[in-house]
Amino acid sequence: MTELTELGVAQIRDGVANGDFSAVEVATAFNANVAAAQEALNAFIIATPEKAIEAAQATDAKRARGEALGKMGGVPIGMKDLFATFDVQTTAASHMLEGFKPQYESTVSQKLWDAGAGMLGKLNLDQFAMGSSNETSYFGNVISPWKRNDGGNAALAPGGSSGGSSSALAARLCPAATGTDTGGSIRQPAAFTGTTGIKPTYGRCSRWGVVAFASSLDQAGPMARSVQDCAIMLEAMAGFDAKDSTSLDMPVPNWEAALSGDMKGKKVGIPKEYRVDGLDEDVAKSWDDGIAWLKDAGAEIVEISLPHTKYALPTYYIIAPAEASSNLARYDGVRYGLRDLPDGANLQDMYAATRAAGFGPEVKRRILIGTYVLSAGFYDAYYTQAQKVRALIAQDFAKAFEQCDVILAPTAPSAAFGLGENVDDPLKMYLNDVFAVPASLAGLPAMSVPAGLNREGLPLGLQVIGKAFDEQGVLNAGLAIEARAQFSAKPEKWW
Amino acid sequence: MSVDTATVAKIASLARIKVSEAEIEAMVPELNGILAWVEQLGEVDTSQVEPMTAVIPNTLRLRDDVIDADPLTGGDKRDAVLANAPAAEHGFFGVPKVIE
Repeated sequence: MTELTELGVAQIRDGVANGDFSAVEVATAFNANVAAAQEALNAFIIATPEKAIEAAQATDAKRARGEALGKMGGVPIGMKDLFATFDVQTTAASHMLEGFKPQYESTVSQKLWDAGAGMLGKLNLDQFAMGSSNETSYFGNVISPWKRNDGGNAALAPGGSSGGSSSALAARLCPAATGTDTGGSIRQPAAFTGTTGIKPTYGRCSRWGVVAFASSLDQAGPMARSVQDCAIMLEAMAGFDAKDSTSLDMPVPNWEAALSGDMKGKKVGIPKEYRVDGLDEDVAKSWDDGIAWLKDAGAEIVEISLPHTKYALPTYYIIAPAEASSNLARYDGVRYGLRDLPDGANLQDMYAATRAAGFGPEVKRRILIGTYVLSAGFYDAYYTQAQKVRALIAQDFAKAFEQCDVILAPTAPSAAFGLGENVDDPLKMYLNDVFAVPASLAGLPAMSVPAGLNREGLPLGLQVIGKAFDEQGVLNAGLAIEARAQFSAKPEKWW
Repeated sequence: MSVDTATVAKIASLARIKVSEAEIEAMVPELNGILAWVEQLGEVDTSQVEPMTAVIPNTLRLRDDVIDADPLTGGDKRDAVLANAPAAEHGFFGVPKVIE
């Protein structure tokens, strides 16, 4: 029998349902992998093996009683530590929330538990989801299990902000994990680690109980090792929630049942603006491969134009910090989280000292940028202008989708980089999300699927962007790519 | 537009983040680099464009006017609300004295 930790969501769900193995056996196997990798990869902030076992026992008991096991029945997962979990420390990878134990459960995590999933632990991430390399966590860097094939031993970034999720998936510490995507935080880490992740249409997954970063952009989604597994998990996560004012009041389609890699009659748009000067050769080649694969699947390829692409990143770096500065105002040392009260300090001093001690440098940088662009006299020049350009970016997509059904592009401009390579230059780090941010600004569903390895032996991802509410179209194109890329590489175990 | 040390100190004060003079010195060029880069948005003609207010068209709902319609977000949650407070006292949030 294959090792249980090599199995994906569908295989575990079906295997448990068929009685090929028990849910407890599966949870036990993943718990062992989590514990063995913790020191080397630091993918989890805390492990919760007892929670995984408890959920597995419940699933096994249900099976013994002949009850339905749920969409995720018997599947243990990693939970990004941005989701509030009842009485289990929830930190957003910050010192500010160290020790915070929510007295409620986020809607998305509750739905996953209701669907039969169990929790292996809380996954590390960039602090408050701000970063592209998982180097801003208060709890230390997450290390990618991948290594370059140059014989060197450089530690590589798993991407960010869902870097704990991506590292854990690639290292077989979990079969699936939650992610959140504000400007690429599901897709870029998936691309860096040879894993698969989808950010659904804005509003599909409830934001209730997800630590807020930039509320008009934040969207949860699944990360796994196959398109089918993402479809299954997204079904479990999505759905209307009255507690989130921007939640979509629409039925959740049965994405898994409607999966089809047949692209006959579909048009795939190739945005010419994404073919930037100096595009990495291997990335360009993987994009060409993707085009060939979708043609082979029966699709017609059309060139499209998204003329405001170059303005997407600067737009994002006004809107996201502006919303962050507002959202993070709640951390005041009064209601929850850290309090730093210097001797003789008054209330104002306490706020300032608490926030100085509780936030890391990147979080402070973004709060200050956000405070500046929202301040009197600058609001129109920065924030209003950014919201206007954002409207133009969304219009670009709307026009493009008159000519095509889905858009194909690279996920990231390069493969994984080494830890420390980009930390001194915030702008260089921000450029990592150049291909991911436009779909976020337009609220569109987008997914990353592994395309192959580059010359250094590192995974590259292809991105499929779809129309609003058309997760099915995105998943189907992803499936067509997956079937032809035949990506089976996995990192050689060194941890 | 660019920021100087006085402006950074002012923003930090507005954001209620205590920063040292050395930190301010370090932040000035960083923030100016980011601001100079985002200012390229100024070259986009947006005279005919309405700023985006909702990324996916949606109407804000009103919930039914019922007490505790959702027990999760309804009342009678004092202890849960205070459970993570750094200094809860007598059923209240404790803060340093604010009246002299």
